[in-house]
Amino acid sequence: MLQKKAIALALAAFALGGAAASEAAVLRWAHSTDISSADPYGRREDFTLSVLGNVYEGLVRWNDRQQLEPALAESWEIVEPTRWRFHLRRGVKFHNGNAFDADDVVFSFQRATAPKSNFKGLLEPVREVRKVDDHTVDLVLKAPHAILLNDLAGWFIMDREWCIEHGAAEPIDLASAEQKAYTANHANGTGPFMLKSREPDVSIVAVANPGWWDTPRHNLSEVVYTPIRSDATRVAALLSGQLDFIRGVPLADVPRLEQNPDIRMLEGPHARVVFLGMNARDPELKSSDVRGRNPFADIRVRTALYQAINEDAIKKSVMRGRARPAAIAVAPQTHGYDASLDVRLPYDPEVAKALLAEAGYPNGFAVELGCPNNGSLINDEQICQALVAMLGKVGVRVSLRAQPSTQHYGALLKGELDMWMLGWASLPAGDVSALFTAVVHSPNGSLGAYNPKGWSDPGLDALITQVGTEYDPGKRQALISEALRRHREAVAVLPLHQQQLTWAARKGFTVPQPADEYVRWWTVTGPK
Amino acid sequence: MLAYVIRRLTSGLFVMLAVAFIAFLLFNFVGDPVNNMLGENATAEQRAELQHKLGLDQPFPLQFARFVGNAAQGEFGISYRNLQPVSELLEARLPATLELSVVAALLALALGIPMGVYTALHRDGVLARLCQMVSLIGVSIPSFLTGILLILVFSVTLNWLPSFGRGEVVTLGGWSTGLLTASGLKSLILPAVTLALFQMTMIMRLVRSEMLEVLRTDYIKFARARGIRERSVRFRHALKNTLVPVITIIGLQLGAVIAFAIITETVFQWPGMGLLLIQAITFGDIPVIAAYLVLVAFLFVLINLIVDLLYYVVDPRIRIDRGVVAL
Repeated sequence: MLQKKAIALALAAFALGGAAASEAAVLRWAHSTDISSADPYGRREDFTLSVLGNVYEGLVRWNDRQQLEPALAESWEIVEPTRWRFHLRRGVKFHNGNAFDADDVVFSFQRATAPKSNFKGLLEPVREVRKVDDHTVDLVLKAPHAILLNDLAGWFIMDREWCIEHGAAEPIDLASAEQKAYTANHANGTGPFMLKSREPDVSIVAVANPGWWDTPRHNLSEVVYTPIRSDATRVAALLSGQLDFIRGVPLADVPRLEQNPDIRMLEGPHARVVFLGMNARDPELKSSDVRGRNPFADIRVRTALYQAINEDAIKKSVMRGRARPAAIAVAPQTHGYDASLDVRLPYDPEVAKALLAEAGYPNGFAVELGCPNNGSLINDEQICQALVAMLGKVGVRVSLRAQPSTQHYGALLKGELDMWMLGWASLPAGDVSALFTAVVHSPNGSLGAYNPKGWSDPGLDALITQVGTEYDPGKRQALISEALRRHREAVAVLPLHQQQLTWAARKGFTVPQPADEYVRWWTVTGPK
Repeated sequence: MLAYVIRRLTSGLFVMLAVAFIAFLLFNFVGDPVNNMLGENATAEQRAELQHKLGLDQPFPLQFARFVGNAAQGEFGISYRNLQPVSELLEARLPATLELSVVAALLALALGIPMGVYTALHRDGVLARLCQMVSLIGVSIPSFLTGILLILVFSVTLNWLPSFGRGEVVTLGGWSTGLLTASGLKSLILPAVTLALFQMTMIMRLVRSEMLEVLRTDYIKFARARGIRERSVRFRHALKNTLVPVITIIGLQLGAVIAFAIITETVFQWPGMGLLLIQAITFGDIPVIAAYLVLVAFLFVLINLIVDLLYYVVDPRIRIDRGVVAL
């Protein structure tokens, strides 16, 4: 009897579920990972910031054309090179109704830069935030900082009263498990959407904020985000109508989605450029059969490797046409790009062989190439396999060390690799200086973390310091171009290509696709 | 009896310690979580600082001792990836995994045992042969493929069932269940079938071979000679005697189902512990991996204990002995 009842119940449930009507202008979308936390200072990680940027806002923000525009600050001026004054927007309310003012900015600075914070690196150049009056703050810098606004776009303002009320005045401390971490699943920002619920790895539900200070461009009433780790499942969910939009379509699935009349592929440039780094510093390479000298220390060897790589073939067969061959590690969409430098050396295996012979390696040499293999770069392992074959043709015997990204980047940072694959998007700053300080600068304990054994040039380091402090756009671009030219002429890295974004949406949804890969919900429109 | 249970639990404690020890040995190969936590723009100084704060720069014995010390107090630290206490995360995920595993196990039992009995009794029947063939497919197809195929058929093509997630859940006294809502039940079907398929075929084959064996024994012949009804011979005499090995295997398999729901959970984005683990491994989220492995070790110990106690119920010979089972 009980059983029968249960079956009847289940059947009734079935019928109900099938009849549920779908509401208009709800955006249901998915990507492979979840945000790390709803706490905007939990971790400095791009995807988390891109989602939270719809709920929280900074003093300035990026729009979908990759331009900085005023957000919680209406205007600003440079009082002196190390003091910027920000005039705050009046009449802005947090989602709980609290008014936004200078105290919130000062509090947010303290919270983000507290000793326990994992976020404080972003605000390192700022010495303090001073309240001038209720609607004016001064940011006092340790030294002139050219990309201050870029950095501020990733620093979201929290409500002081709300944080204190919920025992979250301190940031999340990884070394202690005692706190309740209220901010991990709750948010109270000023942005266009209000967080309704968050369940880690399950969903984020947000509703439109009717009291938003800006004029909404979107027509959404609700946004539901679901992390779906498996690529095949994510694509299937879009095809079955459970989702309206997905990011990160595997290249192999693109033709299938293109044929579907209900789905539209969205493709555009991504800010990330993929290249190979080489250990040019150690006296000899651990993984090589050459003893007593380091082949990569010779520019002829580096040039030979560059010219032995047929990037057009990689683009065509590995990337299925979805890449742009690059000669510098900066994308055109990133500030500081110089098109005159983005010209590749020609592919020429004969020249490569001659250069290797000239450098004293007529029979080539052996070396290991470190490579991520779980998709942190699009088709990463396949690219590396193609490279092994190409370099083999000129006599360089490459063995592949493909491992998951956590291990790969860990080994890279420790300087354990002799040759490595890396992709750089210069995000969230959107400025080439992010590349300079992490990848180009010589390692000095602070800068050059991703260049532990790579190219080092004191003259270039000096240029990078100047780029970091120069406010004049014209002068700054000249310095950037000079630095890029030096880096390129030294063949310090072997550039490969710029990646493309592959997104897919149901017909009726318009999703702007900026190169920073951010999905700005307030720019999305759905069918009415 | 009580002493026996206590003894088993104590030895279980050592199993858990050993598992934690091996897990910690492996953490050297997980990679560097600090890089994932701070993002690519962090400076070398900031990385070193965080590594120090988390104690990742300490020697292995010290890290292990600290973990055991904290775990003894029920504290597993904060997840590097989710920035939430690990115990909270596991608590939130446990219901999803247990519901999926138990439903899958019940499904496997409910279909596997009758199929096994049937194929044993009608060895040459067409239906029995068909069952045998299907079961061969069931054991040989890997579950991620089963999952994707089911999604393609039932979600994409027929549009009957959802392809991911757990649907709507209801929270009852801290236990989130998807068994009480329509979308929850619908969401459960595909993952449960995927997970149950292998178990079902295995139980079927096991019951079949055990049945065949028992049916050949003199005891059954005598029962038939005594004129007992065939139905009674088959189920009361034969089936009941095949159950001891079946219970052992089912018990072990339930542990395996819970522990290895990982693949099914990943394919269906089922928010259980398996999905949590796989994401923790990719990220290098050491506190979560450690706590998960210890918890699974505990579940295995517990299930084995329950299996031993079940023998006691099923097999009277054990009751006549001192009540001690050697496994």
